[in-house]
Amino acid sequence: MRAMPESHAGQSSGAYEARGTFRVKRGLAEMLKGGVIMDVVTPEQAKIAEDSGAAAVMALERVPADIRAQGGVARMSDPELIEGIKAAVTVPVMAKARIGHFAEAQVLQSLGVDFVDESEVLTPADGVNHIDKWAFTVPFVCGATNLGEALRRIAEGAAMIRSKGEAGTGDVAVAVTHLREILGHIRRLGSLDQAELYAEAKNLGAPLQLVEEVAKAGKLPVPLFCAGGLATPADASLVMQLGAEAVFVGSGIFKSSEPARRARAIVEATTHYADPAFVAKVSRGLGDAMSGQDASKAAEHLAERGW
Amino acid sequence: MKIGVLALQGDFALHAAMLAAAGADPVEVRSGSDLLPLDGVVIPGGESTTMSMLLRSAGLVEPISGALSDGMPALGTCAGMILLAKEVTDGRADQISFAAIDISVRRNAFGRQAESFEADIDIGDGEPLRAVFIRAPGVEATGSEVEVLGRLAFGPRANEAVLCRQGAVMACSFHPEVSGDARIHELFLQHC
Repeated sequence: MRAMPESHAGQSSGAYEARGTFRVKRGLAEMLKGGVIMDVVTPEQAKIAEDSGAAAVMALERVPADIRAQGGVARMSDPELIEGIKAAVTVPVMAKARIGHFAEAQVLQSLGVDFVDESEVLTPADGVNHIDKWAFTVPFVCGATNLGEALRRIAEGAAMIRSKGEAGTGDVAVAVTHLREILGHIRRLGSLDQAELYAEAKNLGAPLQLVEEVAKAGKLPVPLFCAGGLATPADASLVMQLGAEAVFVGSGIFKSSEPARRARAIVEATTHYADPAFVAKVSRGLGDAMSGQDASKAAEHLAERGW
Repeated sequence: MKIGVLALQGDFALHAAMLAAAGADPVEVRSGSDLLPLDGVVIPGGESTTMSMLLRSAGLVEPISGALSDGMPALGTCAGMILLAKEVTDGRADQISFAAIDISVRRNAFGRQAESFEADIDIGDGEPLRAVFIRAPGVEATGSEVEVLGRLAFGPRANEAVLCRQGAVMACSFHPEVSGDARIHELFLQHC
């Protein structure tokens, strides 16, 4: 495997400008903390998202709920669509590449997107390997269902981890399971002695150096965000209280009856997540949330893609 | 020393950690009642459009404006620099500007994330400071009362101002909270 994040940060020392270092990649993830990243499918939606306080937008052709409903192979979005959305807003623009599809990621990097999401919402292109993210200057976010998966993605160069949840369902239950799985495991690592950490690295299927780093720091070496099924301000408050550092909202905004109001309310609830009276205030009169479906009864479990 | 850190959105937790390491007592600010009494305030990096919206909805614009006019020391990094600047070229119409430091800044002047970089800057103490610039704003003009404390040391933008001070208000286009070098926070605390 390749070098760890800290040594990557170290390689950038020197007098001249260095782009795409791990610190520069992780830096943008740090700036998005406490914010909401919203799925948008048109430049108009991107404007609404920005006006409502989105910290970034995810440019895509179909939101996960429609990918679920329509089926077929889900791929990277048309560059024209991504460029239209980039031109419409000043906040960072993310876009999705298929798991393992490094050529899609190369295209997205050449388009100048600010973050690439190697996403299980799209149909995986490689059944064995994820993208070697160290080979890119653009930062990557990857989904994870547990700590081992999160650390494998970080070893491959991800600058941000998000829970997978169950995208496109409007059901937050699976995101909660993944967050608790990752954060609970980090807490348990802190109680292991050195001899136990070797065995735990093997159990996790993750590099020992990263396992030791997490055990010592009590947190991942990159920001941990929450995604997959969030639909209400209270959902945002829930996952922030559980320990997420920011939230992604996909179908939950533009599949609701009043997207602008709901988007703004979720942004406010993400900031004031620990203040139930504030969350109550912004939750009033938002119209219908996306109808959604019970994630356990979904026909396809997208979270099982990737490993 | 109690230093408020605006905690609406962005990397406020990194600032709080830097301040604590430098011996100050950081306090997260999300509402007007968190503001007093403070010895200074930090406006972190993040998205200035998001922070503008949240400053309004949390009722923080007036209290922070008032505190700044009363001379409360402030440090703004990146988005925080934009919010403290007197003038923002090409900003949104609804963007908040506290006008606490007489500089004119341009949002994302250094480009998008693809152009984000780290580089050494010269802050005049003989020791280069490694600075991280993320979709950074640029300083286009400085008023006569403004002192430029830091400039890019090398490269095509050598000598460009990246750290400015006017009285007790400091603003920088980079992220001292990300690189972990405490000198900028220490410099700020000297004026609190």
